[in-house]
Amino acid sequence: MTTARKLTRRQVLKGTAAVGALGMLGGLGWLGKAWGAQDKVKMGFIFVGPRDDYGYNQAHYEGKSAVAKLDWVKAVDEEKVPETIEVQKTMESMIKLDGVQVLFPTSFGYFDPHILKVAPQFPNVLFLHCGGLYQEGKHPKNAGSYFGYIDEPEYVAGIVAGGMTKSGKLGFVAAKPIPQVLRNINSYTLGARSIRPNCTTNVIFTGDWSLPVREAEATNSLVDQGIDVITCHVDSPKVVMTMCEKRGIYCTGYHVNQSKLAPRGYLTGAEWNWAKVYMDYADMIRKGTEVPHLIRGGLKEGIVKVSDYNPVVTESVRKQADAAKAKFMSGAMVVYKGPIKDNTGNVVIPAGEEYIQTDIRLESMGWLVEGVIGSTKS
Amino acid sequence: MDVPKNLHKALESFLIIFGSLLVSMVLFGGFVAVAGANPFEVYHTMYRAAFGSSFSWQNSLIRAAPLMLTALCTALPGYLGLIIIGGEGAVVIGGLSAALAALVMPNAPPLVVLTAMALVGMVAGGIWLAIGGALRHYRAVNETISSLLLNYIAIAVLNHLVTSTFRDPESLNHPSTRHIGEANMIGLIPGTDLHWGLAFGVVACVLAWFLMHRTVFGFASQIAGGNVRAAQVAGLPVGRLILIVCFVAGAAGGLAGMVEVAAIHGRANDTLNANYGYAGILVAFVARNNPLAIIPVAVLLGGIRASGGLLQRVHDLPDATVLVMQGIMFLVILFSETLYGRFSKFQKQGAA
Repeated sequence: MTTARKLTRRQVLKGTAAVGALGMLGGLGWLGKAWGAQDKVKMGFIFVGPRDDYGYNQAHYEGKSAVAKLDWVKAVDEEKVPETIEVQKTMESMIKLDGVQVLFPTSFGYFDPHILKVAPQFPNVLFLHCGGLYQEGKHPKNAGSYFGYIDEPEYVAGIVAGGMTKSGKLGFVAAKPIPQVLRNINSYTLGARSIRPNCTTNVIFTGDWSLPVREAEATNSLVDQGIDVITCHVDSPKVVMTMCEKRGIYCTGYHVNQSKLAPRGYLTGAEWNWAKVYMDYADMIRKGTEVPHLIRGGLKEGIVKVSDYNPVVTESVRKQADAAKAKFMSGAMVVYKGPIKDNTGNVVIPAGEEYIQTDIRLESMGWLVEGVIGSTKS
Repeated sequence: MDVPKNLHKALESFLIIFGSLLVSMVLFGGFVAVAGANPFEVYHTMYRAAFGSSFSWQNSLIRAAPLMLTALCTALPGYLGLIIIGGEGAVVIGGLSAALAALVMPNAPPLVVLTAMALVGMVAGGIWLAIGGALRHYRAVNETISSLLLNYIAIAVLNHLVTSTFRDPESLNHPSTRHIGEANMIGLIPGTDLHWGLAFGVVACVLAWFLMHRTVFGFASQIAGGNVRAAQVAGLPVGRLILIVCFVAGAAGGLAGMVEVAAIHGRANDTLNANYGYAGILVAFVARNNPLAIIPVAVLLGGIRASGGLLQRVHDLPDATVLVMQGIMFLVILFSETLYGRFSKFQKQGAA
């Protein structure tokens, strides 16, 4: 059951690249206006995994819980809905039995074919999907998508990891070698190497989004190789984080704040901030303003954030991480600035070239940056 | 000849199953009450979500469709005394093969493509389960373990092929095969929101029942299931029976995979591995391997699964609630197996 997110949408990105991180395409304003008169905004959330997975689904559930606290919002949710016809039925059920006006099917695999099939049947309901797959003109008018550049906080976490490692060897437990995951691994490694040039990242691909046993094995084997800071990109980082704490090494988190799981070793982490996104959507719908088809953003837009540093993180490391964060906040940071070589020695970004955050070429990343030990062939 | 005996046996089965379901409902009601919800309201919600309206009926039936086919994966080998739990692997391999079959004939008319998909999917799923049967017969490998392990191999093969050889380069973050083409998708049963997979399931169950209860082949299989030595002494080709029955069972699973691809996803990817095979085991157990009983049991289970969502939304119960209900039902029905033959009422007439 995959929950990879984000994919190429060539036409759309051609447009958005110019606009910047917050692409506003087309309008769903008439929908918002129609609902503006009603007293409650009814929202439905669908998760592919458990609400309390300390990971991808919990991040969305926390966002849902935040927006549900508003007294003019009524929010319902369902967990563990597979990416089969079952999610189509869940969407229909939420519309027909609960009367929701806006749906947030949060798993990547919900979009094609499920949302694409159900959305045209309910033109008065908004279908907002997490993953940035929406294409203007090709997809239903009442659909849209939102996503965050989480590799920005990954870069900052990489700096912290690079600053705190004693051996200079970092570890990364990853699900699948797809562009989104590779981008996180690369940004993390580039962050670490920006302050410690000889740092390496050992990556292990487990093959799927939720394989707790393999994740534990991978973590153990990384620790046995002398690696002393580990992070991950799997649906639930719980296993990796608790394993690291048990083995007495540092870790950096992903999706949500996992410091509770590893109070001693959790240095920092890359977190989603869906609460902000869902609050914004609710507000737009209530006020009847135009709901954009595509919302994207990073640290600057508040869609992602960096976990608070653990007290063990030293002052000088904090300063360097904060400096990078400030650069992201000002919009001046470019992570993928040539020359960049991949880990087989090929130049993937030539000297003098800059791939800014919205660059379409980053969406189909198929390489691991120099310093990463591992292969994209699973 | 012994119609009364058959009638009494059927009545015994019916009452024991019905009683088990009733006991399960009482136990589950207790569980729900402990979890802080009103059991009567919960049952009312479940009824509303599963069978309370035309939409909920369709919701239940659409979830039941794949279960009918995957239940046959376990039920048919059951006639031979085999416990095969490899339905998941048959679905995955069947779905993958069906998608590939469609992709090698991009210009063929839809009817040809769909027929080819169904045949290839069924053959692939059939061979997959027959491997388990063959290992049992020729190498005495426990078929339960081998069929379970074959599931993992099937999933690994699927994941490997859709991320390498057969990957659609456009499917960056969700590796999949190419789309089989909108024209080749199976449509809906007219007047409903249900795809044809449901009809396949019902027809397959009826045919399977006919095969096992009304043909010499089925009779021979039941003899072999009852006593392998006796069957061999009587000259029955036990090995061939095992292979054919496992093949037919796997073909049903393969068809379920083909339907997933041709009716829902349009391509093969890791969503084929949606645990329909495992849910089918439960259906087969509850139906006591009887293909005709599989149909209502699958609908009941589909209804329970359909109600999971509304339970979460109305009563704030976790998704696991419906799993608890399934688990309770499974245990009670397993226990009820020990009750057969214990009620003298059902035995008298049949004793002669």
